[in-house]
Amino acid sequence: MAIELKMPALSPTMEEGTLAKWLVKEGDEVRSGDILAEIETDKATMEFEAVDEGTITSLVIPAGTEGVKVGAVIATLDGDGAAASPAPAARVEPAPQPAPATPAPRGEDAAPVLRSDPSVPEGAAMAVLTVREALRDAMAEEMRSDSRVFVMGEEVAEYQGAYKVTQGLLEEFGPQRVIDTPITEYGFAGLGTGAAMGGLRPIVEFMTFNFAMQAIDHIVNSAAKTNYMSGGQMRCPVVFRGPNGAAARVGAQHSQNYAPWYASVPGLVVIAPYDSADAKGLLKAAIRSEDPVVFLENELVYGRSFPVPDIADWVLPIGKARVVRQGADVTIVSYSIGVGMALEAAETLAGEGIDAEVLDLRTLRPLDRAAVLESLARTNRLIVAEEAWPQCSIASEVIAICMEDGFDLLDAPVLRVCDADVPLPYAANLEKLALLNPARIVEAARKVCYR
Amino acid sequence: MAKPARPRKKAPTAETGESEAGGSGFALRSLQDNLASNRRYEASDEELLHFYEQMLLIRRFEEKAGQLYGLGLIGGFCHLYIGQEAVAVGLQSALRAGLDSVITGYRDHGHMLAYGIDPRVIMAELTGRQAGISKGKGGSMHMFSTEHAFYGGHGIVGAQVPLGAGLAFAHKYRGDGGVCLSYFGDGASNQGQVYETFNMASLWQLPIIFVIENNQYAMGTAVKRSSAETHFHRRGTAFRIPGLDVNGMDVLEVRRAAEIALEHVRGGNGPVLMELNTYRYRGHSMSDPAKYRSREEVQEVREKRDPIEAARHDLLERGIDEARLKEIDKAIRARVAEAADFAETSPEPDPAELYTDVLVSAY
Repeated sequence: MAIELKMPALSPTMEEGTLAKWLVKEGDEVRSGDILAEIETDKATMEFEAVDEGTITSLVIPAGTEGVKVGAVIATLDGDGAAASPAPAARVEPAPQPAPATPAPRGEDAAPVLRSDPSVPEGAAMAVLTVREALRDAMAEEMRSDSRVFVMGEEVAEYQGAYKVTQGLLEEFGPQRVIDTPITEYGFAGLGTGAAMGGLRPIVEFMTFNFAMQAIDHIVNSAAKTNYMSGGQMRCPVVFRGPNGAAARVGAQHSQNYAPWYASVPGLVVIAPYDSADAKGLLKAAIRSEDPVVFLENELVYGRSFPVPDIADWVLPIGKARVVRQGADVTIVSYSIGVGMALEAAETLAGEGIDAEVLDLRTLRPLDRAAVLESLARTNRLIVAEEAWPQCSIASEVIAICMEDGFDLLDAPVLRVCDADVPLPYAANLEKLALLNPARIVEAARKVCYR
Repeated sequence: MAKPARPRKKAPTAETGESEAGGSGFALRSLQDNLASNRRYEASDEELLHFYEQMLLIRRFEEKAGQLYGLGLIGGFCHLYIGQEAVAVGLQSALRAGLDSVITGYRDHGHMLAYGIDPRVIMAELTGRQAGISKGKGGSMHMFSTEHAFYGGHGIVGAQVPLGAGLAFAHKYRGDGGVCLSYFGDGASNQGQVYETFNMASLWQLPIIFVIENNQYAMGTAVKRSSAETHFHRRGTAFRIPGLDVNGMDVLEVRRAAEIALEHVRGGNGPVLMELNTYRYRGHSMSDPAKYRSREEVQEVREKRDPIEAARHDLLERGIDEARLKEIDKAIRARVAEAADFAETSPEPDPAELYTDVLVSAY
């Protein structure tokens, strides 16, 4: 009985991986529990164990192959009939493959359409980087140029980052500047904040912002308020960064978007980039900032690739939104992962004759009110797409801006498209129902265009 | 910094108590034994006079602040340091000015005065005036002086402990030889973040002295009603942090203990935990009716253990002329009166200050 061994999903968000090394060869007998191969995901190198027993008949995917899709057949096994478990075996035809060919980062090709950032040099060469690499490069570059900058957090050093964002930093900068902490968020957030008060430039990584709930006291009470309470005497230039918002199938306690929480606090700078160029340019700006910065990343975006200007010191201005797609009929305001969905929605709308503009807020505090109003003045219709709960959201804030200062520009009520107002469920179908998606953005855009 | 904790250096032969910590050269009680062998700092007459003067300044300043509060010139929360003066004066006298850093909670007036910060700008902060050290935006609980490496002034109970570890981390990172003194109370000692910090500070051998000012009450809760282990100096044991049990009502014992602790920390041996047994004469804050303890209890400490009276007694025993002490008292009263005048007559912040200092940079 032939058994197909398939590329395993080794993390909730893994879509593909590298088959780094085979530890067996054709003709080998394998027993349940034997290690067959080493597979490299975007997060870690994992060992792939045999579940079934038998003889390896063929290694379909050669060692060193990159981009092997989850579910693809990587080897076949001649089960001796004594298969330990027929579980993930043959008959289940081409397993639910994640979308054919390129499950392309949504809206990737639309990304560099138009940059309002004045700092992009004319005709600059572009390097294609994942968001993860862009973030790492930003930290590494700032650490090279400023010895006060260091990184601390859980698994940032020897593990190379729980999401591999700090990969390679330990090797280059050593354990004095790339510091593994105990699992003690409240404590190390306070320690990082104190180090900033003492004149250093800490980058505090949270494994996810969900865990920063334990530390939010220091982010808000110790970091954000210090400059004001001291009459401008004591600064706190710390960066708190890490993945924020929903990942995939990790349940309610690991899936919250805290952008509205932090963006409500005077004294903080809050940044939530979408693509690689913004991730790099804004993280560098955050590290250089004299103010405490909350830098919200998104796990699902870490592995997406985008072009980044290949220039010596790519730094972007904090507090400036960016028109990522120009349009005349309706503005879709978004940030972080929502931008990709907004771009996808805009493509669909274009097919229906609705020309949508997409505005990426990028910085959530200070919020670029002018950019929102300028775009509204062009389109006279606006919706906000946000992967977060609706009540007291960034969307609420953008709507308030339109009411306060853009009322006369409006041809339709401003609508928001957010997640369902529930703790995020685990079940795949419910999770899908709860989260923001391009179809709902399209629907809202049609509505404000009265179509 | 992120290296696993190295085995401690073998303690000097005089140090004992290894059995308590389970060997490996870790002398948990060695510092205490050192203190027991010689409890009091040998101050010169001039030094003791200076301590006396500083303690008296804090006492009179706080009394005046209490009066101004009663007159409505100081608002909100106002936590007085009366009774605890020997702690800040004794400890901070042992620091290296401009190098070592200090951080504390909201009962912070005394620590600032012990640092020699101008009483006028402190009092003006209490009255919420532009001339206050935080431009009137911080208030009693939020005062800072980066010039003196005094980092506040923190209102969330226990927050100053990890923040202090961050300051210590910065000393170690820069290799400047500085030590951070992080003060907190018996109440803060029950906060979880304190133990998170003990762990990291010991693991990374940070140059920090944890100073527990045990004034016997967390607001109105006596230590024995809130704490399973009331010997706070033992609370570092699980983290291999040596403790010191110190009479916080004797400025010379405090100073001596500070030197022992500083020597240990400066030697690269990691943190020290000091418990300073002291007493707060006034309520937790100005709005505290103090129903949780008797007048007699307070009176007894005032009469028998007052740190300023004790220093005065020492000075007279040394043959210092009483007239000289009276001169000091008079000068301090004048200084405090001037500070109060300044604080009352200084203008309030300009309304435009409302929106300044929120962020450092413009974006």
